[in-house]
This record gives sequence, structure tokens and C-alpha cells, in this order.
Amino acid sequence: MSAIPLQHYLIVSGLLFSLGLLGVIMRRNLLVIYMCLELMLNAANLALVAMSRFNGNLDGQIMVFFIITVAAAEVAVGLALIVALYRKRQTAHVEDLTSLNS
Amino acid sequence: MVENLTWLVLLLPLLSVALITVFTRNKARVSGQISIGAVLAAFAVSLSLFIFCRSGGIDSFPQVRVPWLSVGDFHADIGLQIDSLSLMMMLIVTGVGGLIHIYSWAYMKDDPGFSRYFAFLSLFTFSMLGIVLADNFLMMFIYWELVGVSSYLLIGFWYEKASAADAAKKAFLTNRIGDFGFLLGILLVWATLGSLNFVELHQLLDGNAAKYAAVATAAGLLIFCGAAGKSAQFPLHVWLPDAMEGPTPVSALIHAATMVAAGVYMLCRVFFLLESPQALEVIAWIGGFTALLAALIAVQQNDIKRILAYSTLSQLGYMVMAVGLHGTTPAMFHLTTHAFFKALLFLGAGSIIYGLHHEQNIWKMGAVRQKMPVTYWTFMAGTLALCGLVPFSGFYSKDSILGQALAQHNYALFVLGLIVAVLTTFYMFRLVFVVFGGKARSEAAEHAHESPGILVWPLRILAVLSTFGGVMGIEHIFKQYFEGATAAEPLPGFAQQLLEPFNASPLAAYFGLFAVVIGFGGAYAFYRNALVDPLPERLGWLSRAMRNRFYFDELYENYLIPYTQEALAKVADALDRKLIAGGLVRGAHGTTEIFGRMLRMLQTGSLQTYAFLLVVGVAALLYYILAR
Repeated sequence: MSAIPLQHYLIVSGLLFSLGLLGVIMRRNLLVIYMCLELMLNAANLALVAMSRFNGNLDGQIMVFFIITVAAAEVAVGLALIVALYRKRQTAHVEDLTSLNS
Repeated sequence: MVENLTWLVLLLPLLSVALITVFTRNKARVSGQISIGAVLAAFAVSLSLFIFCRSGGIDSFPQVRVPWLSVGDFHADIGLQIDSLSLMMMLIVTGVGGLIHIYSWAYMKDDPGFSRYFAFLSLFTFSMLGIVLADNFLMMFIYWELVGVSSYLLIGFWYEKASAADAAKKAFLTNRIGDFGFLLGILLVWATLGSLNFVELHQLLDGNAAKYAAVATAAGLLIFCGAAGKSAQFPLHVWLPDAMEGPTPVSALIHAATMVAAGVYMLCRVFFLLESPQALEVIAWIGGFTALLAALIAVQQNDIKRILAYSTLSQLGYMVMAVGLHGTTPAMFHLTTHAFFKALLFLGAGSIIYGLHHEQNIWKMGAVRQKMPVTYWTFMAGTLALCGLVPFSGFYSKDSILGQALAQHNYALFVLGLIVAVLTTFYMFRLVFVVFGGKARSEAAEHAHESPGILVWPLRILAVLSTFGGVMGIEHIFKQYFEGATAAEPLPGFAQQLLEPFNASPLAAYFGLFAVVIGFGGAYAFYRNALVDPLPERLGWLSRAMRNRFYFDELYENYLIPYTQEALAKVADALDRKLIAGGLVRGAHGTTEIFGRMLRMLQTGSLQTYAFLLVVGVAALLYYILAR
């Protein structure tokens, strides 16, 4: 159990978070951006669980449950929005969705 | 006790203004009663204070000071200066002013602006008392400006008349020019001496007269600018004759007891600051020149009030000349007697104008003597006092000024004073002969009638004061104050005062009387039973110049004002266009626009840019919090 130190978990979590962030910034497709967002959330979850475990304190795990719940709700709303947007604009690419400019 | 009563005197007229403007604007008679009541109560309190101090032999009180504002090293107090000088002035302002208030009650009775008139009168009285009681330059300047404002309101009382509105503006602006110098003088005093309080300044200068000589000269001359504005000395004399557009009681108030006296009073109050030979020399000559100039102009005026106005100018010139000759006592003495007889003359003129249905041209009067006997006799008392005949008050005060000139060995100004005395008698008796003698020369003059009692009673009282004002011991009160004798010293007896000029400076007294005789002879020769003025024919261009006031108004209007105004307007225009419109207004709008353009570039509408910026922001914040 103590074979893997905390730093490793945190490094994995940081990598996952960075990948997700990179995806959010770089990818064009809204669905993919969405998945990347989920990735970021889960990176945070991983860090929280690891912290919780190593501190012998359950607060972090409780927090994770909340995040999972919120993420589920968010996915439901977000996907619905994307579908609605696609129906209206026939596209899910962020480059085409710049009507706020000027 | 004394301080509280003095506050009461100062604040009573202000209370009257407040009551009239807030409650009784539509109740004309109540307003008049409030205003008259306030000034009479103030007079009664002043009189009891005065008697209390004289009988107790008390000369002055410690200053009463209420701290008002302090910024850094600068402290301004609201203070009262209570001493013989201010007590005497309080008596003059409230006493003569009170008589004028009463006179106004009848004179203005049909005017629709009755309430407004009395509110203004009270405001004027308040401001004037403020000047009299101020114990530092700042307070004096504030009241000084208040007097300016209230005189503006009173001169322009009939503002629907264009000439009155113009005269009010002229008076105000001319005074402003003088006040600008006054303000500079005050700033100079504060910058170099670090105090504005009269007593402190006096102590400071007493110890280091040599050290501050240059400052005193400059500050004295600048402060004299203020006095020249208020007391209408050359070259700021032009406003006073025009101020005749106001109601006649206002002319009496402004030209006799109060506003014009403010300048002379102020010079006497801060005389310690003026005591440098150069400054005094300038002041004396300006005074003397004004006296001569105004007397010459008065000789050829035809409007009864204008003659009196120029006569006032000329008498003020005397007072300023006296100050310039180290004679604060003669100056204040003449100011007091002048307040009596000039108020009397103006109110008398008002009575004549009232009786003749607002006729002011003396050539359309005549034979008023039979129709208005009380006015005639009181007016004669005023005239004789002004001319300076024994034993009328003017003789004593004028003699003390001439005596002062002799005592200072300034024979040029002595001769100038004598010439002015001759001219004074000449123009006053010209007025008397033309108005009261001869035959009635107009419809109005034929149907003239004596004015009602409330108009003539103030004349009677003032006539008594004008006659005996010279021997009531006024001069000695001032002498005690200025020359540092104790107040406990008893006043000289009546007979001694009566003959004092002949003992003190017989030369001045006899020459003064001689001047009266010459002036009277001249007027008798030219104007007895004259139907038209004989002088224009005999004097030609000189008469025209006198009649046109030596073209000073034209000079100012056509040359001085256009050029200075034009130059100032150009500077102001350049400032407005370049600095304000160009720099500030355009600058503000330009800066906003540039920032707007820059910020617009940030709003790309691209989701991912925002996300990126958000991340950058969070990263920066984290770095700031954690890595610091």
C-alpha cells in the first residue's frame, strides 16, 4: 500500500489535468472539448482521493462524490446544449461559433 | 458680557435678513418693522456698550476668538475686535443707518419691493458691522465682499431700469478690481508675517519695523487698493456717482455712513502696516488728487444727487489724505462728522426729490425754500457743516485735517486742501441758491410740498448731530485711541472744544474760514437768482470737461476696458480652446477611445481564447499567491 508514494499520484493527476486543459484549449470539436473537461475533473478527483488516503481523512473522498454528482448533472445539461446547438447551427466546431465577436 | 452683547449687535441684522427672506416676504410692513427694529435694537445695545466702556474708562477688550478653520500652519478665527474705534463705528453704522432705515419706511412705502429692500438694508448693516468688528484680515475680507454684494443688490434695487442694473454692475466690478489688490496684500502679509490677526501683526511689526519695511510698503499699497475701491479713490472713483441710480436712502447709506467709510476705517485699523513713508506719500497724494478732481467735477453737475456724490468723493479724498499724513485721528473724526452731514444732505435731497415728484435736475427746481422749510433749514445745516463754518461739525474735522497737513509740513497738500475747501463751498452754495432760492422753474417745483413727518424727523436729528458733532468730544475719543492716552482721561470742556482749532493751529483755522468766505462769495456772485448756469459760457472747454467728469468714464470705456478686456479675453479663449477643450476634454475622450480599442481586441468571440486567458489568469494568480 505504501509502495506508491503520494507524489506519483499527484504527478499522474497533474498530467491528466494538463492533457485535459490542452484539449480544451486546442481541440475544435465541442464534444471532444467536453470530454477533455471531464478529464480535468477526474484529474482533480484523483488528486483528492490520493490526498485523502495519505492524510487518513475522509473529507477528500466525500468531496469526490460531490464532484462526480455535479459532473453527471453537468454532462446531462452540457450534452443537451450541444445537441440543441448542433440542431440550430449544423455544426459543433468552435471556430464557427464566434458570433460574440464584434 | 460685553462680547455676548457685541455678538448680538452683529447678529441682529442678520437675523432680520433671515426672518424677512424666510417668513415675511409678502408682508411688507412686517418686514420693514423687523428690519427697523433690528437696527434700532443694535443701536441701543451699541450705545449702552459704549456708555459702559466710557464710564468705566475701559479702552479695549481682549479679542474674542472662535477657531474657525485650520489648515496646516494656517489658522483662521472668527473674532471680534472691541475697542473705542470699533465701538464708535458701531454707533455710526447703527445710528445713522437706523435713521436711514426709518426714513426709508416712508420714502419707499409704495414700492412693490418693500420687503426685499429692507432685507437688503439689513444685510448691508450686518456686513458693515462685520467689517467694523473683524479682528483679522480674512474676516474683514469676507465682510468686505459681503458689503460689495449687498451694495450691488441695493444700487441695482430697481433692476428693471437698465441704468440701475448697469450702475450696480459697474460698482461691483470696480470694487472687485480694488479687492483683488486687497487680496494680494492679505496674501503677502500672511506669506511674510505668518499671521492675519491685527493685534498679532501689530506686535510683530512694532518689534521689527526695519526688518519688514519693504513688506510693509508693498502690503500697505496693495491693501490701499482695496480701500481705494470701497472709498472710491482715483482711479477707481467712477462707480460712486453712478451708484446714484439706487433709491436715495441707499445713496445716503452707501455714501455717508457705511460703505465708503469702510475703506478709510480699514486704513485706520491697519495703520501700523502702512507706516512707511513711501506708501503714505502715495496714499496722501491719491487722496488729495481725488479730493480736487471730484470737487472740480461737482462744480458743473446738474443732478442734485450727483453733486452730492462728487462731494462725497471729494470728502473721502480728504480722509484718505489725512491717513496719508499720519492723521488717523483727523481721518476718523472727519469720517464721523461726514457720516452725519452727508447722510443729512442725501436724505434732504431725497426729501426734495420726493416733494418734487422725482425731479433731480437742480435747474428745474427753485424757490423750494418757501415750500419745504424744514428741509431747507436742515439742508442748510448740512451744507454749512460740509463747507466748514464755525461752529458746525465739518469745520472742526476739516480743520484737524488741514492742521495735520501743516503739522507734517506738507504745504502742497495744505494748499490743495484749501482749494478743495473753496470749491466745496462754491458748489454747495451753487446748489443751495439754485434749488432753494430764485423762482420756481418748473411745474413740479411750483407744486412742491413739505415731506411727511417720518421723512423730516431723521433730518432734524441729523441736523443736530451735524451742527454739534464737532464739539461732542468725538475727536478726543479717537485721539485717545490712536495716540494711546488712557480712556479715563476726562474730555475737555465744551467751550474749550469750541475754540480748540484756533488755539491748536490758528493758521489752518483762519485759512479754512477764509476759504469758506471766498467760495460763498463766488457762489453768491454767480448763482444768486441765476436762471441758467453762467459758468459754461465763461469757462468754455473747462466747463465741458468738468461736466463730462474729465472724460474718465469715456477713457475707461473706450480705451482701458476694451484693451484689457480684449487681451484677457484672448488669454481666456486660448486657455479654453487649447487647454480645456483641446487638452482636457479631447484628452479624456481620446484616452477612453484608445483603451476601448485595446480592450476590443481581447473580445474575439472564440471560446478557446477565453479559456486560455482564464487559465493564464489562474496560473498567474496561483504563482502570485504561492511563489511569493
